[in-house]
Amino acid sequence: MEALTSLIGGFGVLADPMNIIYMFVGIALGVLIGVLPGLGGANGVAILLPLTFSMTPVSAIIMLSSIYWGALFGGAITSILFNIPGEPWSVATTFDGHPMAQKGKAGEALTGAFTGSFIGAFFAVLLITFLAPVIAKFALQFGPAEFFAVYLLTFCAFVGMGREPAAKVISAMMLGFALAAVGIDTVTGQLRMTFGSVELLRGFDFLVAVIGLFGVGEILLTMEEGLAFKGKSAAINAKVVWETWKKLPKYWVGCLRSAIVGCWMGVTPGGATPASFMSYGLAKKFSKNGNNFGKGELEGVVMPEVAAHAAGTSALLPMLTLGIPGSPTAAVLLGGLLIWGLQPGPLLFVEQKDFVWGLIASIYLGNIAGLIVVLTTVPIFAAILRIPFSVIAPVILVICAVGAYTVHNAGLDIAVMLVFGVIGYLFKKLQYPLAPLVLALVLGDMAESSFRQAMLVSQGHLSIFWSNPLVGSIVTLALVMLVWPLVSKVMARLNGHKEPAAAE
Amino acid sequence: MHSAIAKIVRRGVAAIAVTAALAPAMAHAAWEPTKTVEFIVPAGTGGGADQMARMIQGIVQKNSLMSQPLVVINKSGGAGAEGFLDVKGSNRNPHKIIISLSNLFTTPLATGVPFSWKDMTPVSMLALDEFVLWVNAKAPYNDVKGFLDALKAASGDQIFKMGGTGSKQEDQIITAAIEQKTGAKFIYVPYKGGGDVAAQLVGGHVTASVNNPIEAVSQWRAGELKPLCVFDYQRLPYKEPIANGKSWADIPTCKESGLDIEYLMLRGILMPPNATKDQVDYFVELFKKVRATPEWQEFMQKGAFNTTALSGPEYAAWLTKAEATHKDLMEKAGFVAK
Repeated sequence: MEALTSLIGGFGVLADPMNIIYMFVGIALGVLIGVLPGLGGANGVAILLPLTFSMTPVSAIIMLSSIYWGALFGGAITSILFNIPGEPWSVATTFDGHPMAQKGKAGEALTGAFTGSFIGAFFAVLLITFLAPVIAKFALQFGPAEFFAVYLLTFCAFVGMGREPAAKVISAMMLGFALAAVGIDTVTGQLRMTFGSVELLRGFDFLVAVIGLFGVGEILLTMEEGLAFKGKSAAINAKVVWETWKKLPKYWVGCLRSAIVGCWMGVTPGGATPASFMSYGLAKKFSKNGNNFGKGELEGVVMPEVAAHAAGTSALLPMLTLGIPGSPTAAVLLGGLLIWGLQPGPLLFVEQKDFVWGLIASIYLGNIAGLIVVLTTVPIFAAILRIPFSVIAPVILVICAVGAYTVHNAGLDIAVMLVFGVIGYLFKKLQYPLAPLVLALVLGDMAESSFRQAMLVSQGHLSIFWSNPLVGSIVTLALVMLVWPLVSKVMARLNGHKEPAAAE
Repeated sequence: MHSAIAKIVRRGVAAIAVTAALAPAMAHAAWEPTKTVEFIVPAGTGGGADQMARMIQGIVQKNSLMSQPLVVINKSGGAGAEGFLDVKGSNRNPHKIIISLSNLFTTPLATGVPFSWKDMTPVSMLALDEFVLWVNAKAPYNDVKGFLDALKAASGDQIFKMGGTGSKQEDQIITAAIEQKTGAKFIYVPYKGGGDVAAQLVGGHVTASVNNPIEAVSQWRAGELKPLCVFDYQRLPYKEPIANGKSWADIPTCKESGLDIEYLMLRGILMPPNATKDQVDYFVELFKKVRATPEWQEFMQKGAFNTTALSGPEYAAWLTKAEATHKDLMEKAGFVAK
C-alpha cells in the first residue's frame, strides 16, 4: 500500500499545470516522431534532450517520456495506412494492419492498434507500480546464454508456422543474417563484408531496409496494380472506435499473453521489437483464426501492439531500479538523468521519490492522454487514404527518403532504401516472405553476439544453454516450437491417412 | 616583355596572398561560425561520449555561448571510423567538430581503416576519463593483491571473465595489460555498452570489469559492486563519500597496489584538416567557457573525471604520446590488423 500512497504523491507532482502542458507537447511531438519513419524514439528524445537542460528534472522526464509514449502510439499509423513501419516495433503491425486498410477497415485497425498499445502500457505500468523491486532482480539473471535463448525463442516462435515453403523462409532469413553481419563485428572488433568501402562501415540499418522493403515495395506494387489505394472506399465515421471496442474483450487471453511477453522482454531487456514479433507469432499459433493471419485479422494488429507497448513501458523499470537501459530510448533517458544532475540506479527510488513517482504517475496520465489524442485523430488519418494515389504516393516517397536519410545522416542510405524497395517488390512477386528477412536483420547481430559471448564464457561448451533451469527451459521451449509444425503435420497426415482408409 | 608583366602580376598576387594571410591573424578572434556547427559523436546514442556531447550542447544553448546552433550527430559505424573519416574528409570545413574517445587510436590499429589524429586539427582536451577495476561486492577479496592471487589460482571453469565494452578497444587493452604484467589469463567477453557490462557484473555473469566511474557508480552506491583500484597515476580528488563512507579519493591507484598500469581515456575535440588558427582559437575559447560553467564542474564530479585540459602544442604532444602508447600496447597484445 506504500506504493499507492507514493503514487498519489506522484499525481500531486503532476498537478502543476506546466507539467500537464509539457505532457501534451511531448505526446504530440512523439506521435509526429512515430509517424515519420527513420526518426525513431531514441533519436527524437536525443535531439530534444538538450532543450530540457533548464527544466526541473521532473518536468524534463515527463516531457521526454511523453515523447516516447507518443512515438509508441504513432508508429502504428503509417504501418497500417501505407505499410511503412514508422518504428522497428511496428513491423509486425503491418502484417495484418495493412491488409485491413486495403479491405477498407483502416479505422478499425487503427483503433485496435491504439487500444492495444494502451492495454499493454497499462499492464506494464501496474507492474512497475507494485512489483518494481521483485521484477527488477529478474533482469540480473540474464547473461549471454539467456539472451541468446530469448532471441532463439523469437525466431522459433515466428518461423515455425510459416505457410510459405521452408526453403523460401530459410533463404529469406539467410539473406537477412548476411546483411546483418555487414559492418564491425563486436566480438572480434574486425570489419566484415565492407569490401574497403566507407559507406558500408555502418552496415545495413534495419530501419532503412524496412522503409524500402515495405514502404517503397508497396508503392511499386500499387503502381503496377492500377495506381489506386485499395482501401479507398473506407467508410469513415466516429462510431468505428466504439464498434471495434465491442470486439476486443473476446481477445482477452491473447492480450494477457502478449502483455506478459512484452513485460518480460522489456525488463530483460530484449526490447519492444522482439516482443512484437514473438507475440504475433504466438497469437498466430494459438488463435482460432490463426490461419487468417496476414490477410487482415484484427487480432493480428492488436497483439503485437500490446506487446510492443508493454515492452516499451516496462523497459523503464530496469532503468529506474538498476540503471540498466531496457531499450535504446531508455538509454538516452538514462543519459538525461545525469544531465539533469540525478544519479540513476538502485537508490533513485529512495533518494528521488518525487522524480520517480512523478514519472510513474505521468505514465498513467500520459497514456490516457495519448489514447485520447490518437483516437480522436483516427477518422482524419483514415481519410488520408481518400487522397488520390497520384498525389499521395510522391509524398510518401519523399517521407521515406527523408526517413532513410535521418537514420544516419547519410545520403547513400536513400539509394540503399530504393534498392531494398526493388527487393521488396521482387519478394512479393516471387512469393518469398519478407518477415523472416526483417527478423534476421533486426535480431541477427544481437543473436550472434550473445551466442558467441556465451561460447566464450563456457569455453566452447553448448551445455551452457542447459546450465540452469531458466536458460534450459527457454531453449527447450524454443526447440519445441520450431519442430511443432512438423509434429502436428505428421500427426495430421497419419490421421488423414486413416480416415480415407476407413471410408473406403 | 611578356615575362616582365607576368612577373609583376605574380608579385602582385603574392603580395595580396601575404596580406590575406596576415589580416586574420592581426584581428583577434576574427572568425565566428556563420552556419550550424555539426558536433560529430563517433559512438552510439547513450554512451559516454554521446552524454558528454549532449551535455555540452545543453550548456552552450543554456548560456548562449554560440551565435549559431550546435547539433549533435552520431556516426558510430565501424567502431567510430565513420565519424572520423567524415571529419578527415571535410577539408577546411570549420563548421564541424568531433568529440574523441580512445577509438581515435584503437580503431585504425584494430581495423586497418586509415585515419589518425594527424589527419585532423586538434582543438582541445576537455577531460580524461578514468578506468576503475570493479568486482562484485560479494567477491571474497577486498584489494588488488587478493584479486591477483585468486586470478592466478583460477583454472578450468573458474578462469576469470573480464567483461568490457567492444573488442580490441580500451577495455580489452587494459585486460591485456593486466595479463602481460601478471602472467595470468582472462576470458575477455565483449559487450555493446558500459551499462550492460556493469549489469552483467552485478548478475555474476562476469568476474570483473574496468568500467568508467560513471558506468558503475550507481551499482557501487547500492552496495552491489566494489572498486579495487583506479588506473591513474594519482588518486582521484573527489572526497565526497559515495558508498559506506568511502569516496573516489579512497580508491588506491593500481600502481600503489602492485599492479603497475596506467590508462586514461581522451575526451577531446578535433576539427577537420587545415582549419585556420582563428577557427581553432574560436573553439578553444568556446570550450574554455564551457568548462568554466558550474554545470560542467558538477558533471566532472559526478563522473569522477580527471579534469586535465590541454590545447595547442601541449595537446598535440599528448596525442603523439598517446598514439605511441596505444600502438605499443596493441602490438604487444596482438590486436593490430595485418
